[in-house]
Amino acid sequence: MSDPTPYARHAPGSQPPYDAPAYGSTHRRHPKQPLIRAPHTLTETTSPRLTPDRFPPEADMSRVNGKDALGQRIIVAGRVLDEAGRPVPHAMVEVWQANAAGRYHHPGDTHDAPLDPNFLGRARVFTDAEGWYRYTTIQPGAYPWRNHHNAWRPVHIHYSLFGAGFAQRMITQMYFPGDPLLPLDPIFNAVPDEAARNRLIAAFDLDLTVPEWALGYRFDIVLRGPAATPFEEEDHA
Amino acid sequence: MATAQQTAGPYWHMIDFPEWADTTRFGAEGARIALTGIIRDGEGAPVTDAMVEIWHADPEGRYDAAFQGFGRCRTDAEGRFRFTTLKPGPVPGRGNALQAPHVLIAIFARGLMRHLLTRLYFAGEPLNETDPLLALVPPARRPTLIARETAPGVWTLDIRLQGEGETVFLDV
Repeated sequence: MSDPTPYARHAPGSQPPYDAPAYGSTHRRHPKQPLIRAPHTLTETTSPRLTPDRFPPEADMSRVNGKDALGQRIIVAGRVLDEAGRPVPHAMVEVWQANAAGRYHHPGDTHDAPLDPNFLGRARVFTDAEGWYRYTTIQPGAYPWRNHHNAWRPVHIHYSLFGAGFAQRMITQMYFPGDPLLPLDPIFNAVPDEAARNRLIAAFDLDLTVPEWALGYRFDIVLRGPAATPFEEEDHA
Repeated sequence: MATAQQTAGPYWHMIDFPEWADTTRFGAEGARIALTGIIRDGEGAPVTDAMVEIWHADPEGRYDAAFQGFGRCRTDAEGRFRFTTLKPGPVPGRGNALQAPHVLIAIFARGLMRHLLTRLYFAGEPLNETDPLLALVPPARRPTLIARETAPGVWTLDIRLQGEGETVFLDV
């Protein structure tokens, strides 16, 4: 059997470190021993088959039982590509978020802001053959989080993605353009590379808006691509 | 450049579906096993808000078979995860190597800027002695990757994120 093509290692600065001192919860949760660099075998280059028949899509968070959630209705769409620019088709994308008041439909969220009975705040969609995904929701609110005095998370939507190999598995957050909280946020700013940080910010996209109905935002996601050469990856293994 | 990762945060349970902890729920032939353990932080406190995912081959060592092989489970108030699944078989490694039966474990949580990856191996497997990944791990730390059968069909591996007995995590 020929060896599977390994994935490229992450570019320096493109990913946040486990030890992010400004984010208090990392203090006791980041490993202190060096990580062991693992060669990519079938375990890392294959991924579960997550198909709509077993994992039913739900692409509209903006209403529950036909009743509209409160808030600014938005459409979010984009492409999932790999680092080689190839679309990642049939990828499962899970998203979750706070409501328009900045409160999660979650028992652990005790923020003094109203819950909205018509907003649950989670969706599941699949990319098409060209890597496109799309869902409808309402713009979430900012919320306080006690990391430091007067700490507020910038407005964001959580994303969970599966690619073709488990090495591509990732969770991230999408932010909104112009949010004054972004420069103050330890989680956003834990990404060392400024360009990499800024690619977490969606773009307002007039082409995605629906007149008289919803604003539109574009958010593309890049998963790891194939290594340039199989040997490059195994040098350090 | 791949998109930057960000923490799953404390409210990831909005994508928690308890039935996902049973990888056999779509149908699977063979004896069920449980994979369980407690996740602890650098002070030994249980991590009660983690999302744990597993990915592994079927009992024949195949990833392309009908078996789902993927599960997701929350840790409970004691920091414990528990999956129901099948025991995987040996999987081809790089070159002509054969990997010992193993389970890839991904841990997402508040305080983890991105997920931690590790592997669970099964105590008593002869292939553990020659597994290419275990060979990369200093012998003194290998036990952090090897689950023990603590009751018939119940394999237990506790995970320590930091500090004494810190689990070996992988740069994948």
